[in-house]
Amino acid sequence: MKRKTSKRIKEGIIETVLFLSALSSILITIGIVVVLSYESFGFFKEVSLKEFLTERQWTPLFAEPKFGILPLVSGTLLTTAIALIVALPLGLTVTVYLSEYAPHRLREVIKPILELLAAVPTVVYGYFALLFLTPILQKFIPDLSGFNALSPGIIMGIMIIPYVSSVSEDAMKAVPMHIREGSYAMGATKLQTAFKVVIPSAFSGIAAAFIIGISRAVGETMVVAIAAGMLPTFTVNPLKPVQTLTGYIVQVSLGDVPHGTIEYKTIFAAGMTLFLITLVFNIIGFWLRKRIREAY
Amino acid sequence: MGFINQTLNTKHQTLKKRIAITKFWDRIFLVAGLLSTLVGLVLLFALMADLFVNGFPRLSYKFFTSFPSRFPDQAGILSAWVGSFLVLLVTAFAAIPLGVAAGIYLEEYSRKNWLTDIIEINIANLAGVPSIVYGLLALGLFVYFFKFGESTLTGGLALALLILPMVIMATREAIRAIPNSIREASYALGATKWQTVQSHIIPYSTGGILTGVIIGLSRAIGETAPIITVGALTFIAFLPTSPFSSEFPFISFKWLMDPFTVMPIQMFNWVSRPQHEFQLNAAAAGIVLMVMTLLMNGIAIYIRYRFRMKIKW
Repeated sequence: MKRKTSKRIKEGIIETVLFLSALSSILITIGIVVVLSYESFGFFKEVSLKEFLTERQWTPLFAEPKFGILPLVSGTLLTTAIALIVALPLGLTVTVYLSEYAPHRLREVIKPILELLAAVPTVVYGYFALLFLTPILQKFIPDLSGFNALSPGIIMGIMIIPYVSSVSEDAMKAVPMHIREGSYAMGATKLQTAFKVVIPSAFSGIAAAFIIGISRAVGETMVVAIAAGMLPTFTVNPLKPVQTLTGYIVQVSLGDVPHGTIEYKTIFAAGMTLFLITLVFNIIGFWLRKRIREAY
Repeated sequence: MGFINQTLNTKHQTLKKRIAITKFWDRIFLVAGLLSTLVGLVLLFALMADLFVNGFPRLSYKFFTSFPSRFPDQAGILSAWVGSFLVLLVTAFAAIPLGVAAGIYLEEYSRKNWLTDIIEINIANLAGVPSIVYGLLALGLFVYFFKFGESTLTGGLALALLILPMVIMATREAIRAIPNSIREASYALGATKWQTVQSHIIPYSTGGILTGVIIGLSRAIGETAPIITVGALTFIAFLPTSPFSSEFPFISFKWLMDPFTVMPIQMFNWVSRPQHEFQLNAAAAGIVLMVMTLLMNGIAIYIRYRFRMKIKW
């Protein structure tokens, strides 16, 4: 009898410990929200929300500081858009090829290699953008500055292809075989089946994949910090240097900014903006992915 | 009669033409698909080749045993690789027990209720938070709130938070693959839940968990942004306090509180310098980093393969 009770207590303790570990993931989210809001709150005590959202200059480290987030947001969106222009056609083609065309054995070889592309440290991709791609591009576009939005954008696009193609391939695999067979029976080619039958059926999954890819490009740091420059410019010109939200945080963190100053708080305001943008994309992606699970 | 035959014939012709056209596009896409897929592979190859050509001549015994320096030909990565190793140690010690325990809870213990739902959505969402945001969390929480300072401990914990969702998801996937009959056999012998977990669930899922953990750690080793945010230094010309000493109590944990740098930061620092010689150093550091990451991924794939061969349900 006694042994049974002590056994039950032991089981109870273990379950509590395991439960607390699972709960820790929620604490991380709470921690992120609390830390970001607390420091941003301090920032918005000194800078009005109106200036933050409408001012077109971001010069917090100057003698006469201006705190407009727009140049950083435009830099982030510009590099992300370039990444998407590269990743969308290329990623979709790779996915359709791997899921509908490629022989089984070739797919088994190529998929792990694509996954390795995702494992390359981003600082190495940054090196590649600055010292390999930019000089090559400069031969074709003489106006291109040494730091620019184009080169890191292209590299980021290639970087997110593995993420995009692996998630969207899962979505295309989830489309039942008999739907494809119906299409083939009508005399459609693989290409027609892929684009007129499989992709529309797997649309929400593929869209989710690209949205997760966008979210990754928005949050990507080292490639843009190395190759895009450190100059916040409110521009859509991909040939000029820009600064992204992440690039700014890196720039300030590298310097010696004392705790509690307004410069210190700016990185949290930028971080909060970044967190909110990616959160919106992640929620849309999550919702779209949930929809495919319900579809079949 | 002949008129009808003629129209049928032209219709037949146009149909044939259309089939030929669709088949032509089908073949074009086959080539395009193969080419696009190859772009990724060719890129990986070009990247490796470029790094290798530039960096290989710099790789020497001295490169691994020298501190960074103002003179590019004397600079090395000693403090960087030691720092990376120590940070990774902290990350592993923090993330593995926590992540595995959370995964076991969610798969084996949790009941379907709102709290479990929230935890699951939350983990999926955490995996999508940019890494630099984890750096900001660590800066606010570990550096200034818990006053750990800009230390190895802070850096390791920041990366632990970052890979925690990956470890949890890997654990859950590994556990989910275990058939229910195994659990039922254990319960039938009168085992409690924890005894079942301890003697069956954990051993059978070790392969999958290990694979996920190693891939998580390989991501941590290449992460730069959160480490920069918590204030790792880019120029460190000394080693952290040795964990072993000749005096009592022989083992010291002072290294946890020492300032540090890691491999990707050292590489970043060299890339950002205008001098060509430093960029060669960056390439050399890049080779070391790539080899470490690819090696860890290779080990993970091998472990997954071995365990798949060993366990047959």
